[in-house]
Amino acid sequence: MKESTTDDRTLDANAVAGMLETLFGADMTVADSKCAACGREGEVGTLLAYTMAPGVVLRCPACSAVMLRMVETPRGTLVEAKGLAFVRMNR
Amino acid sequence: MPERFITRGFEGKPRATGTTANRVPPGQYLTKDFPVLSAGPTPTTNLRLWSFAIEGLVREKVSWSWADFQKLPAQEFTVDISCVTKWTKLDTRWRGVSIDTLLESVELEPRAGFATAYSDGGYTTNLRLPDLVNGQAFVAYEYDGAPLDPEHGGPARLVVPHLYFWKSAKWVRGLHLTEKETAGFWESLGYHIRGDPWKEERYSGD
Amino acid sequence: MATIKAIRDETPRVRSYTLGLPSWTPHRPGQHYDVRLTAADGYSVQRSYSIASGPETDGEIALTVERVVDGEVSPFLHDVAVVGDRIEVRGPIGGYFVWEATLGGPLLLIAGGSGIVPLMAMIRHRAATASRIPTRLLYSSRAPEDIIYANELRDLEARNDGLEVLHTLTRSQPAGWTGYARRIDDAMLAEVRRPLGDAPLVYICGPTPLVEGAANGLVRIGVSAQRIRTERFGPSGK
Repeated sequence: MKESTTDDRTLDANAVAGMLETLFGADMTVADSKCAACGREGEVGTLLAYTMAPGVVLRCPACSAVMLRMVETPRGTLVEAKGLAFVRMNR
Repeated sequence: MPERFITRGFEGKPRATGTTANRVPPGQYLTKDFPVLSAGPTPTTNLRLWSFAIEGLVREKVSWSWADFQKLPAQEFTVDISCVTKWTKLDTRWRGVSIDTLLESVELEPRAGFATAYSDGGYTTNLRLPDLVNGQAFVAYEYDGAPLDPEHGGPARLVVPHLYFWKSAKWVRGLHLTEKETAGFWESLGYHIRGDPWKEERYSGD
Repeated sequence: MATIKAIRDETPRVRSYTLGLPSWTPHRPGQHYDVRLTAADGYSVQRSYSIASGPETDGEIALTVERVVDGEVSPFLHDVAVVGDRIEVRGPIGGYFVWEATLGGPLLLIAGGSGIVPLMAMIRHRAATASRIPTRLLYSSRAPEDIIYANELRDLEARNDGLEVLHTLTRSQPAGWTGYARRIDDAMLAEVRRPLGDAPLVYICGPTPLVEGAANGLVRIGVSAQRIRTERFGPSGK
């Protein structure tokens, strides 16, 4: 499937499903996504999550590129999705 | 807004008391363990391929191999560190090379005012040059008398103890000197551009 | 807001909490709830826990929580929380790592340690709906006393409705142990998978090395990656 790009602090994006649902108003783990760096497509639930950090970082399980970053601040939640070529909310 | 629910019996984290209280910045909790924070996988670095560079606005870029870096004059540092996720750890013991020592090997262009520290794995953080000099910052390769563990940033990490610990880039590989400040990984997503824990500069706008 | 209705010891380090939910919505097996604790000074911490129960238990859910050394939420739940306490929860959450009987099978479930929890929700749901979908559970624990739901799994297997439970004990085995006694490897995966045919639906939950080892191993022995769903858990307390 892939080279090992993970360690025991790696989680699946499932672990932040609640935060994603609060932000996007829908269950994002079943949405399809495409990595802007390597083109891999897969459900958001398959992305790797790093949560022991000042924010939440979702990375591509194939190339490890950052796909989504989220930071909760007192003035609001910042989301950066430069690493996402697309997200498709499936019907 | 409804009144905030308080969980019965949940005390959170103890605040510092007594003689150490004045060493703990506002809003921080004391910790004895050393939490591992990371925005990505721990890189595996081959020491034979490792180098540390100072580049950008310097007359001539300088780069040390691991072997060369070990020959630089090293110092012991015992410092208190504060993470923006609210833990503070007192009396952490490091060994490494002061940034002052590293800067002796390069001639800075007068315009150089800022640095971006960059790391294996793609992490970056921005620092003002005055925050890196005069014994305030170093590149550490030992922690508590042993080689720095990869999960804590080994083989080498930046340590800038007077700023929040996200500035102390793990797996650091160099400093890129610039005229203008370029926000790094967390600074570009809501975190404070400088991050002084005593001023509680956590987020942009604090 | 949930109320703790019962607390049960599963193993020396693992307890199950039955939570009564005034505004209960049936979950999908594999989903989780976020648990938030708030101190009087405003400090608050949140962790995500898989639901252990099936959606057939009206008005309540069970969470099974392993005590994490240096954790914040699990030590509180283990040492402080008592029956009758109210706990702030949010859920059910996550639709990726879920299985319902309508998704079919055959089903291959692979668990490491407390990774059994969301898979147990699937197994309980399967039993509650009288499903006969062929299902094999490969469950890796360190020692016999670490096996969560040991008795219930034995009872469910004894119903002979198509569920088989295969244990591997990686550190210590009781006298006369006939199960596996090593970490999950390709040979073990091939043996466990064989009766289910070439295209089982696979759910793997556990620590990252186990999850990746099992997922990569299954792909090596010819299972399509599209049929494999994984859930890693780590020190964030999942």
